[in-house]
Amino acid sequence: MKAVCFVKSVPDTETRVRLTGNRLDKSEIKYILNPYCEFAVEEAVRKKEAGIVDEVLVISMGPSRAQEAIRSALAIGADRGVHIEDDNLDGSDAIVTARVLVEAFKKEGGLDNYQILLFGLRAIDGDTWSVPSMIAELLGIPAVTNIVKLDINGNKAIAIRMVEGGEEVFEVELPCVFAARKGLNEPRYPSLPSIMKAKKKPITRYTISDLGIPSDAVGKVGSFTEVLEYTLPPQRQAGKKVEGEPEQVVEELIKFLREVANII
Amino acid sequence: MNFALSEEYKILQKMVRDFAEKEIAPIVDRVESEENIPDELLAKMAELGLNTITIPEEYGGPGMDTISFALAIMEVARVSASVAVAMSVTNMVAEGIYRFGNEEQRRKYLPKLARGEYLAGAFALTEPGAGSDAGSIRTTAVKEGNEYVINGNKVFITNGLKAGIFMVAAVTDKEKGKKGISVILVERGTPGLTIGKKEKKMGQRGSDTVELVFDNCKVPITNLLGNEGDGFKIMLADLDGGRIGIGALACGVMRACVDEMVKYSKERVQFGQPIANFQAIQWMIADSVTELEAAELLVLRAAWLKDRFLKGEGGRFTKEASIAKLFATEAANRVAYRAVQVHGGYGYIEEFPVERFYRDIRVTTIYEGTSEIQRLVIARSILEG
Ligand SMILES: Cc1cc2nc3c(=O)[nH]c(=O)nc-3n(C[C@H](O)[C@H](O)[C@H](O)COP(=O)(O)OP(=O)(O)OC[C@H]3O[C@@H](n4cnc5c(N)ncnc54)[C@H](O)[C@@H]3O)c2cc1C
Repeated sequence: MKAVCFVKSVPDTETRVRLTGNRLDKSEIKYILNPYCEFAVEEAVRKKEAGIVDEVLVISMGPSRAQEAIRSALAIGADRGVHIEDDNLDGSDAIVTARVLVEAFKKEGGLDNYQILLFGLRAIDGDTWSVPSMIAELLGIPAVTNIVKLDINGNKAIAIRMVEGGEEVFEVELPCVFAARKGLNEPRYPSLPSIMKAKKKPITRYTISDLGIPSDAVGKVGSFTEVLEYTLPPQRQAGKKVEGEPEQVVEELIKFLREVANII
Repeated sequence: MNFALSEEYKILQKMVRDFAEKEIAPIVDRVESEENIPDELLAKMAELGLNTITIPEEYGGPGMDTISFALAIMEVARVSASVAVAMSVTNMVAEGIYRFGNEEQRRKYLPKLARGEYLAGAFALTEPGAGSDAGSIRTTAVKEGNEYVINGNKVFITNGLKAGIFMVAAVTDKEKGKKGISVILVERGTPGLTIGKKEKKMGQRGSDTVELVFDNCKVPITNLLGNEGDGFKIMLADLDGGRIGIGALACGVMRACVDEMVKYSKERVQFGQPIANFQAIQWMIADSVTELEAAELLVLRAAWLKDRFLKGEGGRFTKEASIAKLFATEAANRVAYRAVQVHGGYGYIEEFPVERFYRDIRVTTIYEGTSEIQRLVIARSILEG
């Protein structure tokens, strides 16, 4: 059995986001492998180490920096990478991204070759949470998102999905899409020897024409949605401190919650 | 010329940063107050390859280069100078064994350092009567049959409590001065080697600094590193690499100082505004960042030159390693001074990390060659040329 992880390069959480006008200023951004994708890769590699999976492929679409995200996944222990890079892709929305990824996946043999499709639940930049389910839909296979546990048994999987107030346990037939959340595993620190090994692992490159996709089907022109502008979140206000005797404090707090915050 | 870090360096840098933040930062206060780096931490570092960064795969290391080593030290030092110096010295010892040892010695000791079976290595040169003037050491190693019998005292030995292996400089021929010095590998627990007093230090308290007493300590003659009489040259050549580590350590501490200065100056309000609004504070930050970035470039250049030298593609890097160490450590002391200054009275209080940075950085202009000795090395190489 083989597994594929779809990964994304995203700005480091420590990056200070700057805007030039209402556009994102990317000049000083440092990029990392999306932390949720790390859970996905770690899970796939663990399945490989457990002898359940015999190959872990990593696919990423994005500019040249996406290669670094792929290389990070290879350092965790994935076997090889596919990088889809094409200037026309700039501005692609979630559905276009899903379509392009599906074409690349098919080029690698698709569902005939890969039965476990792992994703991060969300990418911490665009945060649309939608690509995994879109890909499942495009491929006509089930998806279990938000998972904290994944057990593979023959061609079936048991996945535990977090829902508000509890967990849902799914038994699904493979192939299936799984989207990882925090808690699925604790990703390892890639050791220095694995970083060296990752350097030698192969990465295949595709442009959209390699995938038979016309340029007007991708990028801004091919997308249903368009980002009109970026704005920074409002500045956080300082907290309010209520001081005094307990009875007095409680009374004041309730009044505040009721009248000012409108919560109760 | 290209100043961009390669993919591999960036992945390494991020990994070490994550590791330092998640595995070292939470225990850093304990490391300092208990004056001990937990064995488990050293073992984890070994497992990741951090103790033997430049050692080739065939001896258990990751086979990375000196730039990787410098980047890794910077990240660790940003969180803990104590852990960074322990790591730097262990790497220096591993490299000493790799560069100057024979096949048997490499196979015997390097995998142990790489696997963490030896938690650390120690480099024993300094003696009570021989600091800057390292050529005047008096510890002796006398050949008796198949053994060297070592007698003498070493002081200020980093990692003495943790090391599985010691590179010891000793006089094997009194007639020949510096050319009568040899390096002998001594394993921990060898009878006749006593770990003496542990120093109470101003800073870097987590890193142990101890006295070693050799009293008829017998080791097989096969433990001679390189040739008899080459010891002084070997120790100095190994120190060239070590100095890159200390320069990198200074960069890491400087980076931490800058981070704290920026954070604090934006939060602290006086005269109705954040102190970051005052030009006096801004200039301290600007000067510090300038010195930090200059130091990083000098350290990485020295590392790059060393890698070229080891590949046989370039000349020696002694002068550049000294320049990097001199500049980075002196600059780091200025930066730590400013970091405390920006914090006002709070900078003098233990709860604020800059108080520790200020103490931790002080020794960097002293060990692995004082600033005066670096200047001497630099001037000599220019005047002799
Ligand atoms: C925390 C710590 C860890 C250490 N770890 C190790 C270790 O692991 N292994 C090891 O072997 N040693 C170690 N040392 C020793 C360290 O390398 C020496 O302290 C250092 O080389 C200086 O020697 P000294 O202390 O004897 O000072 P001295 O050599 O006595 O110097 C005193 C002063 O005189 C100056 N001076 C000396 N000679 C000259 C000259 N020719 N021209 C101008 N100025 C001069 C010096 O720069 C200094 O300012 C460590 C020291 C410390 C404090």
